[in-house]
Amino acid sequence: MRAAAIAGTAIPKLCATEQIEAFGSCRLCLVQIEGVKGLPASCTTPVAAGMKVTTQSRQLAEVRRGVMELYISDHPLDCLTCPANGHCELQDMAGAVGLREVRYGYAGANHLDAKKDTSNPYFTFDASKCIVCSRCVRACDEQQGTFALTIQGRGFDSTVAASQNETFMDSECVSCGACVQACPTATLSENSLIEKGQAEHSVVTTCAYCGVGCSFRAEMQGQELVRMVPNKNGQANHGHSCVKGRFAIGYATHPERIVKPMIRAKITDPWREVGWQEAIAHAASELKRIQREYGRDSIGGITSSRCTNEETYLVQKLVRAGFGNNNVDTCARVCHSPTGYGLKNTLGESAGTQNFDSVMKADVIFVIGANPTDGHPVFASQMKRRLRQGARLIVADPRRIDLVRTPHIEAAHHLKLRPGTNVALINSLAHVIVTEGLVDESFVAARCETPALERWRQFAAAERNSPESMEAVTGVPAAQVRAAARLYATAGNGAIYYGLGVTEHSQGSTMVMGIANLAMATGNIGREGVGVNPLRGQNNVQGSCDMGSFPHEFPGYRHVGDDVVRATFERDWGVRLQSEPGLRIPNMFEAALDGEFKGLYIEGEDIAQSDPNTQHVTAALLSMECIIVQDLFLNESAKYAHVFLPGASFLEKDGTFTNAERRISRVRKVMEPKSGHADWEITQSLANALGYPMNYAHPSEIMDEIARLTPTFAGVSFERIERLGSIQWPCDPSHPEGTPTMHVNEFVRGKGKFLVTEYVPTAEKVTAKFPLILTTGRILSQYNVGAQTRRTANNAWHQEDRLEIHPHDAEERGIGEGDWVGIASRAGETVLRARVTDRVQPGVVYTTFHFPDSGANVITTDNSDWATNCPEYKVTAVQATRVNQPSEWQKRFREFSENQDSLLQGADVFVGK
Amino acid sequence: MSSDEHLIKMANDIADFFRAEPLREDAIGGIVNHILKYWTRRMREKLIEHLRGDTAGFDDLTLEAVRRVAAQMAAKDAGTASA
Repeated sequence: MRAAAIAGTAIPKLCATEQIEAFGSCRLCLVQIEGVKGLPASCTTPVAAGMKVTTQSRQLAEVRRGVMELYISDHPLDCLTCPANGHCELQDMAGAVGLREVRYGYAGANHLDAKKDTSNPYFTFDASKCIVCSRCVRACDEQQGTFALTIQGRGFDSTVAASQNETFMDSECVSCGACVQACPTATLSENSLIEKGQAEHSVVTTCAYCGVGCSFRAEMQGQELVRMVPNKNGQANHGHSCVKGRFAIGYATHPERIVKPMIRAKITDPWREVGWQEAIAHAASELKRIQREYGRDSIGGITSSRCTNEETYLVQKLVRAGFGNNNVDTCARVCHSPTGYGLKNTLGESAGTQNFDSVMKADVIFVIGANPTDGHPVFASQMKRRLRQGARLIVADPRRIDLVRTPHIEAAHHLKLRPGTNVALINSLAHVIVTEGLVDESFVAARCETPALERWRQFAAAERNSPESMEAVTGVPAAQVRAAARLYATAGNGAIYYGLGVTEHSQGSTMVMGIANLAMATGNIGREGVGVNPLRGQNNVQGSCDMGSFPHEFPGYRHVGDDVVRATFERDWGVRLQSEPGLRIPNMFEAALDGEFKGLYIEGEDIAQSDPNTQHVTAALLSMECIIVQDLFLNESAKYAHVFLPGASFLEKDGTFTNAERRISRVRKVMEPKSGHADWEITQSLANALGYPMNYAHPSEIMDEIARLTPTFAGVSFERIERLGSIQWPCDPSHPEGTPTMHVNEFVRGKGKFLVTEYVPTAEKVTAKFPLILTTGRILSQYNVGAQTRRTANNAWHQEDRLEIHPHDAEERGIGEGDWVGIASRAGETVLRARVTDRVQPGVVYTTFHFPDSGANVITTDNSDWATNCPEYKVTAVQATRVNQPSEWQKRFREFSENQDSLLQGADVFVGK
Repeated sequence: MSSDEHLIKMANDIADFFRAEPLREDAIGGIVNHILKYWTRRMREKLIEHLRGDTAGFDDLTLEAVRRVAAQMAAKDAGTASA
């Protein structure tokens, strides 16, 4: 069938589709082959040289019509009112085979009255329209890898069933939409399509959720979105999607979305709706006043990892050139800043080394402190596909994540370490590799600095780093560590994937270096199938780092103290720039509490919810005189703000996002900004009001400036992205089409540098008063602080954050499933409901942080990574006790929130009004 | 924790990483370089100021490193002033 398609010959088909393996069940693609008996299915018959195939003949036409007649004899004929009308493959094929009559009638047994399953909030399963082609089942198996669907029964009784004949919602279905995409009829249809009908045009754009950066086709009716459909040609996702990107889009028109600027003098005042001009003028005059009173360094800005590269670039330019200081930071501070630091110092560049497709050549996949099936679901599906093909899996995680054991996949080793002991574990893995002769000597000799290598080798070989010595620290049996190290070093291509379980520790940067050491020592870098792969959290967190969002670096990771680099920016921007690094986010809070930092411009970030030790953060915010929040919603930080500038969603602007594989993809405007302005335009107005002129007519001009000033982006332009689909930086004259794999013949820094990574236990110790360790994570259906997903039907899967606690710890404390549990740390106290589960180990409790009143960050402490101040979210010593009321903080929080909501009353600032 | 205490803790955390250097000189050099590269001038000044009054809480390596940071900053300022 494929050969025929390439030759330009169409063969009728129903059960075959590009995304999944040929199956041969619909009997419509039958052909005649010379010398072969019968009529074989063309989809499952491999083509061969010299084969003579007839695809159309009288006999074939009759057989195909007969097959089609049988299908239609058990299919409703409500085509005119059917949601698939216009894109129904069954209808198309009936036309293609020339079906003119159905002789059987509907008197006999049929499925026309089969009940609809409407349990899923986003799609409907209408069994009466099912032709049992198995496309949905195979998409769930092959593409998504969840194996939630099956064909139940035999012959006439065959039906599609979710799990053990449950509703879709109650089943194991993760609502990725692959089945809906695969369905050739209206059996599985998006509810939005059922409601609105066919789109009349579509635009390719990039998802604004996680760091996978899936490409989607936004199907539109005028300015209204009908549905998001994963793009088959998407280079990161190859036509796959997850429940967030595919369905959780309704937040953009949620009634709480604010679309008018507002100001107020004090945070106890009611918000006052103002025009754009007044809001910008007020913000600018306040910032200027503060600088006059408290000095040039008393204000700063935070760029957003949810905004585009161009917008992020503009905010840091505004701070450096307009504010005249380097007080700019981004939320990467609290997630992957250690990745930037650790990889820059070992390999030479602050980014992952591979593209996603590289995983298909990995022989052993080592997942450390990441939960891909929840955090990066579309890439996880690709990883699972490789694992089902036979790649081995090692997981290092305190908690039993889904990947450890999932249909047709089981980790060879689950290194269930104690939270906070990553570096001890990586050192003992290194010890095994060094002392058992598993170092790739020819690689390290050719590619790495020798003195540093030898120093590291001595360090790793030291007895204190052996798995046996470290067993008491990590809690992982030494034999298991040895076996895992041998597997990683000897099984062929070894690829490491890691997440925030690596970075969000007091030794986050050390651990990143330890990972880079391990990859270099085993020669697992510089080709496909290997590498060091940080799974970045937010859609554009890689991009926001690339764009110079850190206080010590210009775009392209170049230090502000570098006179040559600074001079190029000074010439281009026409101002003098500071050579000293500025404040990082946690330093801003300290400076605010010292009375030295008074004004902050926050674009699309919610520090009051996402940053650790909430009470410390809010105290700092309360001490400031002008906080400007640019966002879609009145988020937690905005409750402390004096100026609110309504931002634009990713559907409402042009620009680019850069995903975890350094892939720069276009974001395209599919509707006008609900507030009238895209975020880059707002930043530009603020700069102009401050007296620093910016006059960009389109984001492409901003990208041209980025390319002009940043060597790794030298070849990037909207025009080139358009032509290539997407570009992985570095993109320069020597790599005009980008760089899928980095460090191929030499490291970016020249020779790779091994760094000594001594284990230093965290200051956060368990004691009799705080005997448990709390660690945090994410869940598939919700995204980060939840500002977007909480305002969608995704709450049907997760409507509150729960505390996971081991049955043993629960029993000791008299805590049962669903009980209210008080969790107290040295920083604060909150209350969550318990989920008793052995996913967590005894002594460890776990929660997600998607809902503000959960107060997960009321408990987390000020401890942070030594190098970057990335907070230690993953390790907090706590006590858990059964309680029957919310914590004091929660009561204050609710009162404060209700009060802040009341200050919005009467304001006519919401979307759709 | 006061902001000075924060700064001392941050400096000590940096020292904890560089302590693994076999040569003390390299360890101190690493800490000095890190503080100069990633801290604001104001944060360094505060820490130096605090150190003049009270050395309590400072790790031994930190103490030496912060003194050198002070010396380097003074030398740089003198250089700028005379230039």
